[in-house]
Amino acid sequence: MTDDNKVSTDDLPEPVVQRPRINASLVWLVPVIAALVGLSLVIHAWVQAGPTIDISFQSAEGLDPGKTPVKYKSVVIGKVTTVRLSDDRTHVIAKVALEKSAQSFATAGSRFWVVRPRIGLGGVSGIDTLLSGAFIGADVGQSQEPKTDFTGLESPPSVTHGAPGKTFDLHSDDLGSLDIGSPVYYRRIQVGRVSSYHLNKDGKGVTLQIFIDAPNDQFVTTSSRFWNASGIDVSLGADGLKVNTQSLATVLAGGVAFQDPPGPHESRPAQENDAFTLFNDRTTAMAPPDGEPKYIRMRFEQSLRGLAVDAPVEFLGVPFGRVVSINLDFDEKTQTFPTVVGAVVYPQRLGKAHDKLVALARAQGDDEQMSQMMSRLVEHGLRAQARSGNLLTGQLYIALDFLPKAPAVAFDGTSRPLEIPTAPGDFDKIQQQVADIVGKLQKVPFDSIGNNLNDSLAELSRTLKQVNTGVLPEVTHTLQGAQQTLGTANSAFAPDSPLQQNLGGTLQELQRAARSLRVLTDYLGAHPDALLRGRRADDKPAPQATPLPPPSSAPAQGSKP
Amino acid sequence: MTRLPRARDLGLVGCHVCRLVCRDVEAPNAACPRCGSALHRRKSASYTKTWALLIAAFFFYIPANVLPIMRTVSLGDVDDNTILSGVIELWVKGSPDLAVIVFTASIVVPVLKFFALGLLLISSQRGSRWAQRQRGKLYRLVEFIGYWSMLDVFVVALLTALVQFGFFSEVEPLPGVVFFGLTVVITMLASMTFDPRLIWDGRDFDD
Repeated sequence: MTDDNKVSTDDLPEPVVQRPRINASLVWLVPVIAALVGLSLVIHAWVQAGPTIDISFQSAEGLDPGKTPVKYKSVVIGKVTTVRLSDDRTHVIAKVALEKSAQSFATAGSRFWVVRPRIGLGGVSGIDTLLSGAFIGADVGQSQEPKTDFTGLESPPSVTHGAPGKTFDLHSDDLGSLDIGSPVYYRRIQVGRVSSYHLNKDGKGVTLQIFIDAPNDQFVTTSSRFWNASGIDVSLGADGLKVNTQSLATVLAGGVAFQDPPGPHESRPAQENDAFTLFNDRTTAMAPPDGEPKYIRMRFEQSLRGLAVDAPVEFLGVPFGRVVSINLDFDEKTQTFPTVVGAVVYPQRLGKAHDKLVALARAQGDDEQMSQMMSRLVEHGLRAQARSGNLLTGQLYIALDFLPKAPAVAFDGTSRPLEIPTAPGDFDKIQQQVADIVGKLQKVPFDSIGNNLNDSLAELSRTLKQVNTGVLPEVTHTLQGAQQTLGTANSAFAPDSPLQQNLGGTLQELQRAARSLRVLTDYLGAHPDALLRGRRADDKPAPQATPLPPPSSAPAQGSKP
Repeated sequence: MTRLPRARDLGLVGCHVCRLVCRDVEAPNAACPRCGSALHRRKSASYTKTWALLIAAFFFYIPANVLPIMRTVSLGDVDDNTILSGVIELWVKGSPDLAVIVFTASIVVPVLKFFALGLLLISSQRGSRWAQRQRGKLYRLVEFIGYWSMLDVFVVALLTALVQFGFFSEVEPLPGVVFFGLTVVITMLASMTFDPRLIWDGRDFDD
């Protein structure tokens, strides 16, 4: 069979010979290339891989291993690879693989926080994370010291590192409605925000940190006053109703405002981390500096109904403190219940008076607490009084005033707290005086006065009866006589009475005499020589003269020498 | 077992392209006188080429599985998936049937191909006479399923083209799918370069 086949192959065509083909072993290039590609991927990944850090959070809410990115300025710098519970189960630890380029984030100053959607009165942030899921925000510090374990912040820091501006500390009694991120206003323009807050170590107050952006940080001076601008400040004064707010947002969400006090003041820009006091409202903030508070105590013997804690303490009408405590005491000797009132006063609020008194006290070698000065003032009648500030509500305030008539009291200026002697208040005085008057009135013998009065009235009645019976008829007679007399006088003065006619004749005579006298004077005016020579015959005025020269004596005597 | 004569024993060689039977002249660069394609008793350097391609495919298979192949963005939620994580996700999210299909097509089949081709190569190189018919069947199976293992690549290509709704939903391919496609293509090439006749050549014969 094989032989047959072999024979037949001769008929088969011969293969042609070609030029040599490419060496088959070149196919090994393919796996080499594949290996190179794989290797390059490995090297790439190795080069790209940055440090791995652990960040602990309170909760892993929103953290998705393998997915949640770490972002800085919205650039992805890493990714959460695993999330696990801490050994004591109090927090979670997210392992984050940072990129090579983000190596600098694995240093001590870096901060990490979870960006979740936050909706507050101050605004909405992180809204993009509503759909895309939370991410971890990062902020790098200045430190170069490597670090791989971080504690994540529970809320985003309001100030990123390296932002131009200054940080200041504010001390306050309480936080109010402020929160991290609350705005800080200067002339109602937002210039910064609250970056953090914490309780003071002794628990007596809160310290807030605020950050003021450049260039507005220059407006914070060493004498700037900060106040809490939250809410609405409504004041009813003599000039009407005043409503004062910073902005509607602060009414709801709170905020801080600052400004320099009016009048001359130091305007040196404040240094970073300077501390200020955060006042409750603008008025208090703008008031002159309080200085160091002093505690005083007063012991009132009367009831202090209407006096409340925080009631003002005034010195000669200047408010310079407030009541901080009201306690009832018991005095065994007098078996009374005096009220002990504690108050905090700020002597510096008295301004110049305080300065002068201090200077005077120093000059006289008084001690620090000015006990001698106080003793002198008390000698001059310095007393505390609880006065009524409002007659309607009966609220009281404490007034320190000079009452020269006040009885002298023993005063120890060195005792601490300083105990100011008291005097009964005005109202109490009036009450007492009224009571005195009432007491005196009670002593008046109204009964006997009444009896005496009764007797007197009876006497009077008798007298009047006598008058009626005896005196009055006499009077009638007398009046009748007088009437007759008047009738006689009346007839004498009647127009046709002889008296009247005589009087008319006499008056006519007098008229004539006057006329002739005038003629005589006229003649004498024209001819004065007539006095010596007598009357001339050709006198013209003669006929003008009265035809009958009066024979009366008076003018003739005057005209004849 | 009687040994059947082979073309080599008869001094014949067949053209792989036009199937013309020629005389075997044992020249290294013989070509078909009719169609001009190269003439060889077995595919030239079949072992070398298949081994090289198989190893290359294996190299590509590693990044194909490690790197994510597809990114789905729905409502801002970015999700990168590798082949295996995709399978797990499908399973967890309530589509075990789909998960099985994808798992079979993307993981079982390529791995099977590596093993099958490796087995064929090693056994043939050693001239083993063990289960020659079954090995032949295995080779045909490998050839048959070869082009089905592009399933993943097709899925990614289709989704990328179809799901482009901007913010709401978006699918984009990631480098992993390229390596997966390369793996599939190169394993197909490897199974093509393997000459199944080598299975029956036995110990006394080599190219």
